[in-house]
Amino acid sequence: MTVDLAVGIGGLRLANPVMPASGTFAEGLDKAVDFDRLGAFVTKTITRELRTGNPLPRVVERPGGLINSIGIPSKGVPYFLAHTLPYYGRFRPPLVVSISAPTAEGFASLAAELTRPGIAAIEANISCPNIEEDGKAFAMRAASTEAVVRQLRAATSLPLWVKLTPNTGDLPEVARAAEAAGADALVVANTILAMAIDLQTFRPSLGSVMGGLSGPAVKPIVLRQVFQCAQAVDIPVIGCGGISTAEDAIEYLLAGASAVQVGTATFVQPAAMTTIIDGIGRFCEKRDIARVADLIGAVVTEEADQPDLAWVAPAE
Amino acid sequence: MAIEQSVSMATAKDSFFIAAADDARPPRDWTETVVAERGEVLLNQAVNAEYRHLVVRCGPVAAKAVAGQFFQLLCPHPEGEQPFLRRPMSLYGVDPAKSEVEFLYKVTGAGTRGLALIAPGDRLDIMGPLGKGFDLDPGLRHIVAVGRGAGLATLAPLAKAARANGTRVTAIFSARRPDLLVSVDLFRGHGAEVITVTDSQGTSGPAHVERILRGLIADGRAEAFFTCGSSRLMRVQQRLAREFAIAGQVAMEQQMACGLGLCFCCVRDFHVGGEIVHRRVCWDGPVFDLMEALP
Ligand SMILES: Cc1cc2nc3c(=O)[nH]c(=O)nc-3n(C[C@H](O)[C@H](O)[C@H](O)COP(=O)(O)OP(=O)(O)OC[C@H]3O[C@@H](n4cnc5c(N)ncnc54)[C@H](O)[C@@H]3O)c2cc1C
Ligand SMILES: Cc1cc2nc3c(=O)[nH]c(=O)nc-3n(C[C@H](O)[C@H](O)[C@H](O)COP(=O)(O)O)c2cc1C
Ligand code: FES
Repeated sequence: MTVDLAVGIGGLRLANPVMPASGTFAEGLDKAVDFDRLGAFVTKTITRELRTGNPLPRVVERPGGLINSIGIPSKGVPYFLAHTLPYYGRFRPPLVVSISAPTAEGFASLAAELTRPGIAAIEANISCPNIEEDGKAFAMRAASTEAVVRQLRAATSLPLWVKLTPNTGDLPEVARAAEAAGADALVVANTILAMAIDLQTFRPSLGSVMGGLSGPAVKPIVLRQVFQCAQAVDIPVIGCGGISTAEDAIEYLLAGASAVQVGTATFVQPAAMTTIIDGIGRFCEKRDIARVADLIGAVVTEEADQPDLAWVAPAE
Repeated sequence: MAIEQSVSMATAKDSFFIAAADDARPPRDWTETVVAERGEVLLNQAVNAEYRHLVVRCGPVAAKAVAGQFFQLLCPHPEGEQPFLRRPMSLYGVDPAKSEVEFLYKVTGAGTRGLALIAPGDRLDIMGPLGKGFDLDPGLRHIVAVGRGAGLATLAPLAKAARANGTRVTAIFSARRPDLLVSVDLFRGHGAEVITVTDSQGTSGPAHVERILRGLIADGRAEAFFTCGSSRLMRVQQRLAREFAIAGQVAMEQQMACGLGLCFCCVRDFHVGGEIVHRRVCWDGPVFDLMEALP
């Protein structure tokens, strides 16, 4: 049986549901992974202006995860248009450009400038500080999310993905606000605000004190958030958080994600994404699932009879 | 041209995009040049109180590694500790015929404590080769290699490559104590002359090393500097390189997560064309122009 791996994300058809997470992907991975096998490309977040990023150290590891405070080092839009865009043009997967700006206005003008051939979708990273809101991320509140997405929607005809932050009290409400303002898909989620302290020096382990936690440690939390968001909205949700195996990805699909992004896992296993694609295919084949899209939201939550005991009918 | 081909793809949001499978573009020829593989450990033994020598059987891609490149090792977990990321280690030796790579490492923390536990016959996940190695001009007749600590590991395959070019090497090795010097025999085996300096003998100070280097320059034995492992000694070489117009290369270190240029956690400042710029050590290096490096 050949499994149909294709999924649709707000008007965009992906050959398979696996793509990189912003900030964990760049040209260098081409040495270890055949880029034509990926569902899509997602760039590191770019900003209009040149930025150097946060002070060092920018990364600290913890069991099952990583806290990063890379910030958004960016070479700016002219560099992106001259170098990055043509580079990705030679591959098959669609190019999704992650953008960020300190104001809603800035987001909109950047999206307008990037609405051009070669770019398949815009992913708005609204998890960074919003200077109009005293440095609170846009995505932390429904009102600021709605405002920035509305301006973005007016500025671009490209599919608009909005990447939410897990650091908010009511994620489903923020998700609904993004949908109402015209988002075509949601990416759930960015990193979880975290901290680590060095016991030798009594100083924070990161140069900028706090950072974002990612990796296997965050998966159960973000999986729950994807489930909640998928219940709350009608647009596709893309799951992102701690995915390192095909099983992780399938859990996300079952929870309601239409596709997944893989981040930190690539740092530990460079071929993680293609291994996951292969594993999803094998899983579907074994269970006679013809289309990967059939897994989306297929989690069973209604009351049912007691399942067979595991030792009577082992799952695998 | 490639951009034009994708033009038709990016239109209004409702139009369906072409899936990869029915894309008209022919598949590219792609071969991996970096692999993560579970190599067989052939040797993992202490060479002195601080350093251990690790030899791993690898595949043909890894065996193409050159001097100055590095690997990211997925270290086993020592009891009670869980190193999450891979650990960067310089190539210490490579034998393409036997499909073996070698590392020389110092046990410093959780990852290297885990490495020290593996025994011959065990498997170790090695990822590489990574980064840009030394650029060894075959026209050079006599070079100087200056290393301290684990920097000696990085310079070791350089001595072998230099010999293959017919380039003579004088190596200056620095360590805290004479018993912590490593690779001296290895370098001599590759035909290098080795001068050792140590803290305990009071010979490792920059002033003393500068006198040795000036002597080598005067003798015409320093057409280029290659260095790793000490910013003090790097600064001495930068000064002499400027004074005598000598070229040089330095292998730098920085904490790493991905090793492939993806994460931007390994940046350092470099001095390029009158400006200070950030570069990724794993991707733009780890070997850099001596004059561009900042301590
Ligand atoms: C390109 C490169 C080549 C290297 N080659 C060698 C070598 O041949 N032999 C050798 O003994 N050591 C080498 N090192 C240093 C070695 O990577 C670190 O000593 C090792 O990562 C420490 O890990 P740990 O778990 O034992 O210590 P931990 O204290 O647990 O390390 C914590 C974190 O810091 C990072 N880190 C710690 N020290 C260093 C350092 N000096 N440089 C970079 N990252 C560090 C680790 O990668 C890890 O992410 C090299 C480093 C780099 C960047
Ligand atoms: C080193 C690093 C850099 C990141 N940079 C960005 C970024 O520029 N923009 C963004 O939207 N998310 C960024 N992220 C967050 C990831 O895209 C992703 O949301 C997060 O890591 C969770 O997924 P994971 O557990 O699979 O890594 C970054 C994450 C890491 C680890
Ligand atoms: S270690 Fe990730 S960019 Fe260098």
